[in-house]
Amino acid sequence: MTKIKNKIVVAVTGLNAIDSPGPGVAVIRALRDEFKENIRIIGLSYETLEPGIYLHEVVDKTYQIPYPSAGAEALISRIRYIHEKENISVIIPNFDAELYNFIKLQPTLRTIGIQTFLPTQEQFDARDKINLYNFGKKYELLVPKDKIIYHVGDLHGCSEELNFPLVVKGKFYDAIIAHTLEQAQKAFYKLSAKWGYPIIVQEFITGTEINIAVLGDGKGNATSVIPMRKLYITDKGKAWAGITLEDEKLINLAKSFVSATNWKGGCELEIMMTAEGKLFIMEINPRFPAWIYLSAAAGQNQPASLVKLALGETIEPFTQYEVGKIFIRYSWDHITDVSEFQKISAFGEL
Amino acid sequence: MQLRKNIATSESGFIFNPATGDSFSANPLASEIITLLKQGLSVSEIKKNIQEKYDVENGQLEKDWDDFLLQLRDANLLDN
Repeated sequence: MTKIKNKIVVAVTGLNAIDSPGPGVAVIRALRDEFKENIRIIGLSYETLEPGIYLHEVVDKTYQIPYPSAGAEALISRIRYIHEKENISVIIPNFDAELYNFIKLQPTLRTIGIQTFLPTQEQFDARDKINLYNFGKKYELLVPKDKIIYHVGDLHGCSEELNFPLVVKGKFYDAIIAHTLEQAQKAFYKLSAKWGYPIIVQEFITGTEINIAVLGDGKGNATSVIPMRKLYITDKGKAWAGITLEDEKLINLAKSFVSATNWKGGCELEIMMTAEGKLFIMEINPRFPAWIYLSAAAGQNQPASLVKLALGETIEPFTQYEVGKIFIRYSWDHITDVSEFQKISAFGEL
Repeated sequence: MQLRKNIATSESGFIFNPATGDSFSANPLASEIITLLKQGLSVSEIKKNIQEKYDVENGQLEKDWDDFLLQLRDANLLDN
């Protein structure tokens, strides 16, 4: 491993360590574990109450950035300003919604000296939930059957093909299990009002929920694979506690995914293991999960490895990790002062 | 009858299945049997071992054994 002599500056988004947390704080914790005092962390925030902004032992300095809907131009303009002050080495975006802009800006970022380690636009689009079934078919991965619909009247056909119960999913977020046509219609209206069209209607698969944190090197190799079973799930479906597992089938599934797609960067495979041991890929999130610190705790520090890969280091794939490592998320009322809130609100920096 | 690979047990009777993340608490006798299974003893050897150590009728041992086997299978701790 190359010794990093100068302090590297890593900018991280997803500082919303709330009940449905962004991965930013966990990513930073993993980076600090590895790089110790040789790193400076720049937080990139959207909202003024993202907890990470106020955790000064976690984030050295935070800058607000424009919402993804403002477009790539607004984002690069803000990043240029931040880069002039901070000399950023690497940016790790942690939200699905912002990835489109960051992927688009990769060449520009590189020209000004900022590295990223992100999937290509094609990789990003292929695993989108709208395309997931075809993605599974193409790469011979088990994915629940689904139908993409735009009209509530199409639900009847879906129920005949997929049977009840079925899962009605929003374009970006949210999923509702429907046991009757009436429930499916209600879910359709609710999710289309919130997230727009289309609506995804998916076959219902029961089993054990397992998530896999993966880091792909972009050349078909899985640098790191950490499978985790959710031990405690919140009402938003988020893992509140989880444990690392040892199962070759899970590791091999993740490796097949990476080698088939040449995935570059971090991602999370959401898996349902049926009673018969079949592994269905339910979703592929194109960034690190909020529980990513468990990868570092289990011996495969994925965020630190991503930074090294982004900086051009060669990393041999990890082969070992600790099985039975548990994370338990907890809440903590962090106290700050209105002057801090005022600074980030008024100046967009803290 | 064989325990799944890598099932972890402790002296206190804690059983952990690293493939599923499940954990269980075993009473002292169940814990003893699992330790013997892990050591590779056959079912008849274990039953003999129990009968030498504890005052138990053949019929009762068989009934309890079947019940225990069912629990191990339910808990996904046995190789098929």
